[in-house]
Amino acid sequence: MISFGMSEDQELVRDAMREFAAEAIRPIARECDEAAKIPQDFLDTAWSLGLTSTQIPESYGGAGEERSMVTNAILLEELAHGDASLAMAAVAPSLFANAILDHGTEEQKKSILPLFCGESYATGSIALLEPGPLADASRPRTVAEQKGDSFVISGRKTMVLMGDRASHFLVTAQLGDDLAAFVVPRDAAGLTVSEPEKKMGLHALSMTRLELERVEVGADAMLGGTEGADVQLILNASRAALATVMLGVSRAVLEYCVPYTKDRVAFDEPISKKQSIAFRLSEMHIEQHALRQLCWQAASLLEHGEDATKAAWQARAYAAEKSMWIADNGVQVLGGHGFIREHPVEMWFRNARTLGVMEGLVAL
Amino acid sequence: MIDFRLTANDKAHLARTRAEAEIARRYAREFDEREDEMIPDVLPEAEAFYKNLEKLPDLGMEDSHGPIMMMLQTMGAYWGDYSARVKRSARGGLGNAALGAAGTDEQKEKWGNLLLSMAITEPGCGSDPSRVSTTAVLDEETDEWILNGEKIFVTTGIRATGVVMWATIDKSAGRAGIKSFLVEKDTPGFNVPHKEKKLGIRADDTAAYVFTDCRIPRGNLLGLDETIPKSSSGGFRGVMKTFNMTRPLTAAMGLGIAEAALDYTRDQLEEAGIVPDYTAGPGGMGRLTAAADKFMRLEALFDASRLTTLQCAWMAGKGLPNNMESSVCKAHAGSAVREITQGCIEILGSMGASREYLLEKWMRDSRITDIYEGTGEIQRLIIARGLLDYTRKDLK
Repeated sequence: MISFGMSEDQELVRDAMREFAAEAIRPIARECDEAAKIPQDFLDTAWSLGLTSTQIPESYGGAGEERSMVTNAILLEELAHGDASLAMAAVAPSLFANAILDHGTEEQKKSILPLFCGESYATGSIALLEPGPLADASRPRTVAEQKGDSFVISGRKTMVLMGDRASHFLVTAQLGDDLAAFVVPRDAAGLTVSEPEKKMGLHALSMTRLELERVEVGADAMLGGTEGADVQLILNASRAALATVMLGVSRAVLEYCVPYTKDRVAFDEPISKKQSIAFRLSEMHIEQHALRQLCWQAASLLEHGEDATKAAWQARAYAAEKSMWIADNGVQVLGGHGFIREHPVEMWFRNARTLGVMEGLVAL
Repeated sequence: MIDFRLTANDKAHLARTRAEAEIARRYAREFDEREDEMIPDVLPEAEAFYKNLEKLPDLGMEDSHGPIMMMLQTMGAYWGDYSARVKRSARGGLGNAALGAAGTDEQKEKWGNLLLSMAITEPGCGSDPSRVSTTAVLDEETDEWILNGEKIFVTTGIRATGVVMWATIDKSAGRAGIKSFLVEKDTPGFNVPHKEKKLGIRADDTAAYVFTDCRIPRGNLLGLDETIPKSSSGGFRGVMKTFNMTRPLTAAMGLGIAEAALDYTRDQLEEAGIVPDYTAGPGGMGRLTAAADKFMRLEALFDASRLTTLQCAWMAGKGLPNNMESSVCKAHAGSAVREITQGCIEILGSMGASREYLLEKWMRDSRITDIYEGTGEIQRLIIARGLLDYTRKDLK
């Protein structure tokens, strides 16, 4: 039955996250962007919300609460409305943990999931993206070869979220004709983790490169064991999540512009009374509203185990295009003030463009 | 619960709509070319189609909400053709929606069986209905309203057996003086001079109406409220309420046509060996052709629009105020169907413009979506007022 109604639980989550974003995220967002760093305090506070551990089953040390991708989408939009970098840092461990939970063997779950149920912030990262133009996460150039009882992986990865503090990496690689993923511990021989990369947007968020030079892992390191795992499913969950982050950024821009244009006077009246400005605000509202429906559709299909490949592609592609348009026009509506770093809009503009070309950072 | 899955029964009903639409489409070109003739209410295939039709269970509580199914069935029917139907329903004009929204119970009972058109636009007034100059003057002696004026672009204006028309009872009162009246077709002084010639939806009957000292009973004023409210919007708001269902419906109509264009284009691309690949990530564009990339983006635009329309309908079904959402979905769909139908022609090249195929017709037919029931600009004005918490005086 097609329905657009949030459950009471979802409304509670939305309200709680909206409050958290307004109190704990937005006030420090600019500072973190300038310093290109996220304070440990914030990660600890975010960790205490239990965003990752509550959704891990009790048998692996979590709270075993039901995981709803739609609820997670609602949650992520609110956090990203505060700030995209801090939001993604807060939920980063979930991408790795959920991939293990959904696709891992019993042994992989038992050995890895408890790491995310402890007292302090812990994370693993998925290494999907590769350096070089036209790198496509669904066609990695990193290669894995079977060598007796183990696999040997060689290649380069980039934009590995929180790579500087991850205990494990889930590295995607081409294994013959198949796309496979391998759990690689941080201390594996042949693995080098770079310093955080410098980027146009998402300054606060640390992302590193990985060099894998004949990294050897055991047969039990392949996600899903001998049968492997459908990596496309991980991509789908991450694309839907990234679309939701872009939705949060889009709404932030709109909600910043509305009061600004009502205050800003030109030619004896607020600029919001000019149709050229008012219509831009309408367009921003229309597009962020439409984008939300695509995000929810992808999340809902994921939640019910239906094929979400197309829906996730659509949500991500639409989000990339529209969030950039919205942020671009946010800068324009603020004029010179959109260009200076005193207002957050220039940061959202950089973040929107960066998010639009990312892959695999977070998941629902 | 937020859910995007159709039930088996939803699907069965929509499959029925599709089967009907496939028959109707056979007549699409013929009706377009022969616009001067009235299209039949029943197609020759109707008898055979309905004869052995299995009865479907009614849509129930566990199926998608009525308004959502209404949107999906509308999209499904318009996927076949804008005008042709295996069997056209006797009711369902825009005026019927107005009667439902603003009429008294007695009025609904009395006129419920008429096919009602809706006459608002005049030669000198379009997007600003407060400029309506058709007058209604009360003759106290006979207890009749006397109507005088001209209306244009009246949808289903010729087939309709009655009309809900807007006239002012006090020109000096502006919007507050505007009331809606029901006029039956055979009333003396009510003339239908011609059918309009149009860019698209040519087979659809769109008429001009002329009222010359046309007398109707006093009780034909919808809602029976003869007072002129002090605030500028009082009575007007009642008639505008109709739009909260008709705006998503017009969006759905346009989207049905856009979907036809997308389905056709997908088939043509696949025949040429170009298959959309939804596994491609942001860096995967290099392995998509420009045609595939453009097509996939148009599809995403379609889905965004379709879901936005369904969301608006869902609110209507829940009885939630959906003023903003009805303007949002109408504005979104209005732009989307332009981009989609024009984009599909671009993808397919010169064949897209040929009258041998329906694509050029779909572009013409869908173009009205962004114009009627409030142009895209009017919708954006309404949305901006909502966002900024402005009245119509604050933002003109």
